[in-house]
Amino acid sequence: MPKVTVDGQEIEVPAGATVLQACELAGKEIPRFCYHERLSIAGNCRMCLVEVKPGPPKPQASCALPATEGQEIRTDSEMVKTAREGVMEFLLINHPLDCPICDQGGECDLQDQSVAYGRGASRYHENKRAVTEKTMGPLIKTIMTRCIHCTRCVRFSEEIAGVDEIGALYRGEDMQITTYLEQAAKHELSANVIDLCPVGALTSRPYAYEARPWELKKTMGIDVSDAVGSNIRIDSRGREVLRVLPRINDDVNEEWISDKARYQVDGLTRRRLDKVWIRKRGKLVEASWDEAFKAIAKAKPGKSIAAVAGDMLDCETMFAAKALLKASGSSLIESRQTGMDYDVSNLAAVNFNSGFAGIEEADAILIVGSNVRWEAPLVNVRLRKAAKRGAKVFIVGPAWEPTYPATFLGDDVSVLSKLPKDVSAALKAAKKPAIILGGGGFAAGAHAASVKIAHDFGMVKDGWNGFNALHMAAARMGALMLGFAQVGGIADIAKAKPKVLLALGADEVDFTKFADSLKVYIGHHGDKGAHAADIILPAAAYTEKPGTYVNTEGRVQRGDKAVFAPGDAREDWTILRALADALGVDVGFDSFHELRAAMFADAPALADEGSIADYGALATSVKGNAAPKGTIPAPIKDFYLTNPIARASAVMQQCSNELLLGEAMAEAAE
Amino acid sequence: MLEDKDRIFTNVYGFQPWKLDAARMRGDWDDTKGLLAKSQDDIIEEIKASGLRGRGGAGFPTGMKWSFMPKESKDGRPSFLVINADESEPGSCKDREIIRHDPHKLIEGALCAGYAMRARAAYIYIRGEYIREAEVLQAAIDEAYEAGLIGNNASGTGYDFDVFMHRGAGAYICGEETAMIESLEGKKGQPRLKPPFPAGAGLYGCPTTVNNVESIAVVPTILRRGAAWFSSFGRENNKGTKLFQISGHVNKPCVVEEAMSITFEELIEKHCGGIRGGWDNLLAVIPGGSSVPLVPAEQIRHAIMDFDGLKELGSGLGTAGVIVMDKSTDIVRAISRLSYFYKHESCGQCTPCREGTGWMWRVMTRLEKGDAELEEIDMLYQVTKQVEGHTICALGDAAAWPIQGLLKHFRPEIERRINERHAAMQEAAE
Repeated sequence: MPKVTVDGQEIEVPAGATVLQACELAGKEIPRFCYHERLSIAGNCRMCLVEVKPGPPKPQASCALPATEGQEIRTDSEMVKTAREGVMEFLLINHPLDCPICDQGGECDLQDQSVAYGRGASRYHENKRAVTEKTMGPLIKTIMTRCIHCTRCVRFSEEIAGVDEIGALYRGEDMQITTYLEQAAKHELSANVIDLCPVGALTSRPYAYEARPWELKKTMGIDVSDAVGSNIRIDSRGREVLRVLPRINDDVNEEWISDKARYQVDGLTRRRLDKVWIRKRGKLVEASWDEAFKAIAKAKPGKSIAAVAGDMLDCETMFAAKALLKASGSSLIESRQTGMDYDVSNLAAVNFNSGFAGIEEADAILIVGSNVRWEAPLVNVRLRKAAKRGAKVFIVGPAWEPTYPATFLGDDVSVLSKLPKDVSAALKAAKKPAIILGGGGFAAGAHAASVKIAHDFGMVKDGWNGFNALHMAAARMGALMLGFAQVGGIADIAKAKPKVLLALGADEVDFTKFADSLKVYIGHHGDKGAHAADIILPAAAYTEKPGTYVNTEGRVQRGDKAVFAPGDAREDWTILRALADALGVDVGFDSFHELRAAMFADAPALADEGSIADYGALATSVKGNAAPKGTIPAPIKDFYLTNPIARASAVMQQCSNELLLGEAMAEAAE
Repeated sequence: MLEDKDRIFTNVYGFQPWKLDAARMRGDWDDTKGLLAKSQDDIIEEIKASGLRGRGGAGFPTGMKWSFMPKESKDGRPSFLVINADESEPGSCKDREIIRHDPHKLIEGALCAGYAMRARAAYIYIRGEYIREAEVLQAAIDEAYEAGLIGNNASGTGYDFDVFMHRGAGAYICGEETAMIESLEGKKGQPRLKPPFPAGAGLYGCPTTVNNVESIAVVPTILRRGAAWFSSFGRENNKGTKLFQISGHVNKPCVVEEAMSITFEELIEKHCGGIRGGWDNLLAVIPGGSSVPLVPAEQIRHAIMDFDGLKELGSGLGTAGVIVMDKSTDIVRAISRLSYFYKHESCGQCTPCREGTGWMWRVMTRLEKGDAELEEIDMLYQVTKQVEGHTICALGDAAAWPIQGLLKHFRPEIERRINERHAAMQEAAE
């Protein structure tokens, strides 16, 4: 713990800290552009210069200088002030100063720091540099004349995303940042460079010229596009969500979100269900809430009522449905829409036990049936970190392109019962071995075999649990905690032939199995579920209701309501509460507050926001075939179109067309 | 004047072939095994005692630089020697003469230096434009391999040492040691942040020392003739002999090996046939390659040509690439051209150099014609100060110094041009 003096104030800093960190610990603001906590140190913007003794009699880049015992650091001297002014002036001489038409205006590091540390006026009277536009795809808008060459985007692509997409061309003042051969940035985390860019060189294309940051209402939310539960900030104006940005949560998404989480929000205003619809003579016609409730009551379901939960539901909605069914005397609740029936008697056996931060420490990882890049891009970032630290990664399942060295063992699930020698040797030799069982693995029936591997290779021990289930649905863990699972999966529900089927945002269900049921769709998008429904009750999307979500590592998180649902749409729980009255049953709550209290009583872990629910020890075995056979499927066909919101989003459609199908389409056009 | 018997580079003019047998006749590769019979530390001590300072420009004591290298590899990483033959400084042309006429001095020096710093291999990074020189060097390396002088069991010493030649692609910045390492690794040549220094983590993350060609090529001779012999030349702290490269307005421009601390006048009179048009016609001299500030005629004539002597004059010895300019020179234009060079060669990594070199060059081009305001002279000086000392590598300093030297010594000339232009404009307007 070296002791240093910052502006006369003596402080102790952690070993290995930089001078910049020491200054921050002392409460001094150090301006910077290229330095970023999560990226490697480039030291090229020279904005963070400070005076350090002992050392050469010139200012030092504090971001790259280790703090050592006895250093005298000055951040307020004349030398530092002049140095900052000088660098600021250099940064601005070729910057277009087009702030009034720049989307970064109001949240621009260059703007803020030039006010705080710059000179009043420019002394540069030569012509400014202009840089040709670059193409970076449908998400990233470029105005490269504004670029200050901090190389944060380059370092993000190389280090975090693990793809060599962005780099610098040419030298000196002609240096330009561009993608390789000016192709679109195709990585599923690509849009994070927009947040990283300290100026307006890389801005959001779909959000271009939409709003100024000070016009926006900022709401804390949880992303539902995958089961990671990324912490997001929902920026809205009036009744419209304009953009989504990541919030920092080191345990979950660090500082990043996937492109889908960021850009599916334009789907929230398209294809929305904003009226009640009832199917009459095969056609959906507009109706009132009263008519709809009467129609449901007319079916006299009694206890023959079932509920299927969709992938993006909050726990409150699911609990309200569970309470309604319980009051009606039914327990026909299920969340695994596509028909999976893995054993959920032990929740630890369907949970990501090592945690996202924990998986970074694993030194041998076996991935069973998961395209992690598409199913959970932010978990893939963690796996890349583990691989960088030396972890060996093996993948069973259909081929995909990992961003780290990995060995594919084929897509036949039977390999699990006879792992190749080098794989078993690596798992045995590892201190923290881990297995990741993805959606494809569950579908291929590899659950029991994976739990067996976890025990056979000592993946569960003191302080380490290497058995990890990687779900794809944001609602999955919450649903399982609330008991939304039948032993035989959704087939059990179909067998019970319910009179009324409540499809709660469930779009992936095979509704042909429920031909005789009255299908009530409670959801927000006119997608597959609504097409099959007899009655449609318009509900709220994730940005339009407060809600509790449990991510795939069992972390309980809450999001707030950013905007009101459009038209006649209501928050889901109010619909279910009203339906209870129509059916003449008592669910025991009249307000959201009471609903939450009842839910916490039912599942106490849900009350503990931010922490990981305790599911106990991993079962020694789960039901299922320990030696499964067959080919592992690839559950995600198109990363950009996995849920109803994304499917309604023009941006996601464009991404799908240009980034995933672009090459095929270009070929077809020739 | 240095006597012929004390010259290290006996074939610097190429009067004899560069080939191995000819080199052997000149004494190269003579009992190299015997030289390396000493311990590594003894060799480093010998070089330290000789007072050899790095010949690439900065003048860091060579022996001390070698002593920073790890004595043993604790984690299995090998050590490397990188030899900087990316001689791109305007005014410098000594490494070229060594490589094309005396390559075996360099290769033998690589072995001796590499052995002393416990390096596994030497990489010679040669300037891309040196096409014929690279051919000669590669042929010499091949000869040395064939003769068993380098490679496994180099020169019968039992020490395994490889020498590789790598050709650059013509970027001046790759002469900076860490940019050179980046370039060797196949990346874009941009200087690295220091620390870590190359001796800790250099080429491929392994301990590395980067030395200039001349620093390495003199090593075998120092070891043969002893540190005392080498240190008998030059003043204290500026020992040895040095290749001076005199270009510009002298009657016979040349590359010549001379003792350090020779006076400028003696150097010019003895080897270059005097200044063109006599000493009264001398305007200014850039004594150490384009990166150092110029020295006006009245100060340079009796100057002592070594590191400390030129430092006292506010300039530097640099690579000893002496650029002599007589009174026919447009001195503002000359420095403006150097500004263009630095603007063109800036790697673009860090802000002050990327933006500042272009700015300085643009102002300089206007100053050539006097198309500026008087205040802009001070502004230009401030800009050079904003670049100097604020950058990752020394290219920013190198771009600032020539302009600072110009402003210091030739300010009246610049003011005259501005005033004259203003007067002419005034007249035209009337």
